[in-house]
Amino acid sequence: MNADLFFVLGATHHDAPIAVREKLALAEEAERALHAELAASGAVSELAVLNTCNRIEFYGVAAGSDAIARVEDGFRRRVGCAPEELAAIRLRRSGLEAIRHLFEVAAGVDSQMVGENEIFGQVKDAYAAAVSRGTAGPVLNRVFQKAFQAAKHVRTHTAISAGQVSVANVAVDLAQNIFGDLAPVNVLLVGAGEIGEKTARALQSRGACRLTLCSRSLERTVTLAETLGAGTLPFEHRESRLVDFDVVVGATAAPSHILAAAAVAAALRRRSGRPLLLLDLALPRDIEPAAAGLANVFLYNLDDLAAIAAENRTARAAEVEHCRQLLAERADFLWRDLGRRAMPRPELRPPLLPGRGPAPQADHPS
Amino acid sequence: MLAALTARQWMWAAGACYLAGFAAGAWALRRRGRPSGLIVYLLVAVGYLLQVFGLAERGRAVGGCPLGNAFELCQFTAWSAITLYLVVGVTFRSSVLGYFTAGLGAVLTLVSLAMPSWDAVRRAHAFGGNPWIEFHAALALFSYGVFALLALTSLLLLFRLHSLRARHLGGWFSLLPSVLDLDHISVRLLGAAVGLLAASLVVGAAYWLRDTSSVAAPKLLLTATVWLAAAIALGLRLRGRLVARTFAWTCVALFAVAMASLGAVNASRRPVPPPAAELRP
Repeated sequence: MNADLFFVLGATHHDAPIAVREKLALAEEAERALHAELAASGAVSELAVLNTCNRIEFYGVAAGSDAIARVEDGFRRRVGCAPEELAAIRLRRSGLEAIRHLFEVAAGVDSQMVGENEIFGQVKDAYAAAVSRGTAGPVLNRVFQKAFQAAKHVRTHTAISAGQVSVANVAVDLAQNIFGDLAPVNVLLVGAGEIGEKTARALQSRGACRLTLCSRSLERTVTLAETLGAGTLPFEHRESRLVDFDVVVGATAAPSHILAAAAVAAALRRRSGRPLLLLDLALPRDIEPAAAGLANVFLYNLDDLAAIAAENRTARAAEVEHCRQLLAERADFLWRDLGRRAMPRPELRPPLLPGRGPAPQADHPS
Repeated sequence: MLAALTARQWMWAAGACYLAGFAAGAWALRRRGRPSGLIVYLLVAVGYLLQVFGLAERGRAVGGCPLGNAFELCQFTAWSAITLYLVVGVTFRSSVLGYFTAGLGAVLTLVSLAMPSWDAVRRAHAFGGNPWIEFHAALALFSYGVFALLALTSLLLLFRLHSLRARHLGGWFSLLPSVLDLDHISVRLLGAAVGLLAASLVVGAAYWLRDTSSVAAPKLLLTATVWLAAAIALGLRLRGRLVARTFAWTCVALFAVAMASLGAVNASRRPVPPPAAELRP
């Protein structure tokens, strides 16, 4: 078996700072040209390109001894990178190590924000593009499909993706921990700034649909309310109408509190025991801290949300070694399995032929 | 061969199933996973079935509802709580509730089995041959089972509130249902407990009014107090006066008081040994 001809070449956020990654970003046109060049040279028999803001990686199967050098040379010329510059930050693995790397990438273990989900979709897209271009063959098909299965297994059976790591998403997590389903939850967003908007969008993305806006600037309120599909409330009614809302997000630039603890207490008396979540995302704070002492009130400020996000990040980081172990076991199993399968020798296989049609997909990732 | 099993043997098997459900949940939590709702539910359901056989066997042997001593009361309370869980658990969709219920079932079943003195004697003619009094007792005990499940959901609510106050949302706290879900289910369980106990008291009162000397005053007072306390707690909760942590602790206390009152109720009867066949381990 020639699985040891499977390789990965590229650069990632680990070694390439953002300025270098910007330079290495491969435009669609350049990527097509590189494929055409490699097809003409017959250097690789299979190829998939993973191109994200944190990494550019070429997964391929070598069809000749100088395959990796040819891919590197073609890539370097197209992005205008000097050989020594690329050599300093280059990622280069082959065989089992390349398989392990792909598994870790797909599972989010290798991501800048450990455990993030987006990379899984990006790896799938890279594979789908290779399939549609006809540059995925038996090795890439099998390795990528197994990578998807391994990534799903790790995300399901470990805490690598547990907890939210951004302030806006932590705020939504808190809302779900208190109210469960967010669809019937009434949300009041006080302030029309950026962080308030982000939080509102995060709440909407997880089912909250009863959103009301109020801020000191009527014009800005109306504009943002239209963008978010939300209702509006006059700023001066924010305390008297507090009883109608389950989640209140304070995100104004007001110099002092805009929500007094007494107003919160008054609203609570008319809420029949329903909890109230107050998210104070403003600095100086919008909500009087004494409100936190009221029964059934959950008050969180920016520091609280940041601390929860940091704790989640730490928890994810603590899972990395465990995940690597699980992924390595699966990669090793695949490696042994590939070794047992009789595959055509590279010199007997046709070189990369872009546009030869989709490769067969024997076993789809589950 | 199964037909030859005694009530206690059926109940040992039931306790083992509950314990297995609890162990399966604990194992999943230890591996930082989510307890499998289906596995725990199936183990609890099998245990429940075995306990039904055990209680039926004991009921056949004593010629009535098996509520004659501390052992039987514990078994019946566990059975009641599990009955509720098997109904509620499906709609509640909480694997953690199943895990805790399995633990409660295992404790009540196995501890009462492990205490031979609890089953050494049983009350003679506990219900005076009156099926209505037997119904009254069964209803009261069933309501105590509801209190047991209420205590569990209240404990989960306390854990959830603690996690929110302490800003720890990760780990096994992430498996807990939301505050609102736990609150809703607790209110419904408390309502069910108050309703069942009220029905039991009405049935008992109809009998007691005909012969006021038939029921010891402490028993009457304790049972009425438990019901009154639960009814007041429910009223305060519905009016929004008893919420969050205070409500949860009140529910836990109600279960403790209900269980404590069982001892006093049980002590007010004349004891005789249980059927000889049932004393086999």
